[in-house]
Amino acid sequence: MSPPLLSVAGLSKRFRRGDAMIDAVSGVSLDVHAGETLALVGPSGSGKSTLARLILRLIEPDAGTIRFDGLDLLSLRGAALRAARARLQMVFQDPHAAFNPRATVARVLADPLRIHGIATRAERPAAIGRLLEGVDLPASFAARAVHDLSGGQRQRVAIARAIAPAPKLVVLDEAVSALDVSTRRRILALLADLQKAHGIAYLFVTHDLAAVRLIAHRVAVMDRGAIVETGSVDEVVGNPRSATARALVAAQPRLPARSEAT
Amino acid sequence: MIRRLFATPEGIAGTAILVLLAITALSAPLLFPRDPLSIAGPALLRPFQDPAHLLGTDRLGRDVLAGLVHGARMSLAVGFAAAAAALFVGAVVGTIAGFAGGLVDEALMRVAEAFQIVPGFLLALAFVSIAGPSLAVVVAAIALGAWTGPARVARAEVLSIRERDYVAANRVVGMHPLEIALREVLPNALPPVMALSSVIVAGAVLTEAALSFLGLGDPNRVTWGAMIAEGRAVLRSAPYLSIIPGFALVVAVVGVYLFGEGLVEASTSRRRYL
Repeated sequence: MSPPLLSVAGLSKRFRRGDAMIDAVSGVSLDVHAGETLALVGPSGSGKSTLARLILRLIEPDAGTIRFDGLDLLSLRGAALRAARARLQMVFQDPHAAFNPRATVARVLADPLRIHGIATRAERPAAIGRLLEGVDLPASFAARAVHDLSGGQRQRVAIARAIAPAPKLVVLDEAVSALDVSTRRRILALLADLQKAHGIAYLFVTHDLAAVRLIAHRVAVMDRGAIVETGSVDEVVGNPRSATARALVAAQPRLPARSEAT
Repeated sequence: MIRRLFATPEGIAGTAILVLLAITALSAPLLFPRDPLSIAGPALLRPFQDPAHLLGTDRLGRDVLAGLVHGARMSLAVGFAAAAAALFVGAVVGTIAGFAGGLVDEALMRVAEAFQIVPGFLLALAFVSIAGPSLAVVVAAIALGAWTGPARVARAEVLSIRERDYVAANRVVGMHPLEIALREVLPNALPPVMALSSVIVAGAVLTEAALSFLGLGDPNRVTWGAMIAEGRAVLRSAPYLSIIPGFALVVAVVGVYLFGEGLVEASTSRRRYL
């Protein structure tokens, strides 16, 4: 098999909370291969969002390495880092917080096209229209203000923004958790379609095992800042070995494993 | 917003005063086409004696009403220009300090403190004494002492905005930090900064008057401060020469202040009902 697209090794981050130091992420290693979906599951406070933000270089790790697509991501600074960001995108949890409150859809989608030199000023309206159609929104949405859209529509715009620079990996940080059940299902289907069409890999951060079963190929279970279990979806969800994974599976009301685990 | 402004008594009064002053200032060349510094009639004519010089004349026989009307131009122009400069510089410096953090923040805030510990008027006085009295220098001198307030407010606001997800999203997109700060963060940090504007305009009008009272205004233009200073020599025999421009100054400052109060009132009540 070819080397993994994303390879994280020994990644650690401590935060100071009052007088105590908290190990938000301690010595985490994981791989994501091109075109696959790795679900990162774990209870609240297990450090999965911190890990996601470390990989995106939104916060700086204390130790560890991140290799991404042939690059030593942690060695990049300034313009080189900004250019590399085209290949590594993110969709945030709260679709209401993830946009400038003054932005229009066109401005949000024009930013990545402009910054990474993907479409000239003249080509941009057509490119924005194609991006919107790619996430099943009408091209006429370009003129709308983001704050006029519903949560599901915003998350579609966020996905369009993430895939605009043609990334190889998109980190989905609880990207469907804030949506209602039917919207969630449609967005997951959209993500699966986009993966098929563009060969994008996902790092899918969630605590929702039902979503994991729909979209993920492999699962990594995280607890208290460390990875406690990794495996295929069937292995981890069907036959969880670690206590954390068992507790997560038990918390899913519709899974058959419920009666055995509790 | 505008309807709410007119729903408050402060808003109505402030707007009325400012509109009246603005009309007066703009129509000055039409009402008094002659140079207001030229001699128009007998010296020290008292107000309401001669319909040709309704508010009388000063020691040199210059028309007081003409000076008052032309002086309104100077006072308002300097007041608003200095406040605009102070708000602009303050907002940009505060945004960059708050957004960059670390050493940049420390350095910019120490500079702001250095300006803050020197009284603003002294700073303006020193600056005009060195650079010479002209309109642009007076504006710059006043702004020099007034930009720190907006800078601190903008910085505090930016410190909370920069932690929001949309700023992280802009970084993920690969936007340059300077563009994030100035295009994405600054506009959202502006409302509390703009709430300072009325205080700053009122302060700038007063500082301008004080500078020209001390003879540091532009000598080729009439200003209220210079008129008050001019009347000081004959304060006992002709107090109206100082009282009339002084009164105009009070009206202008109160007008600006009431307008600002009305704006704040209107924006908060709007927020309350949302």
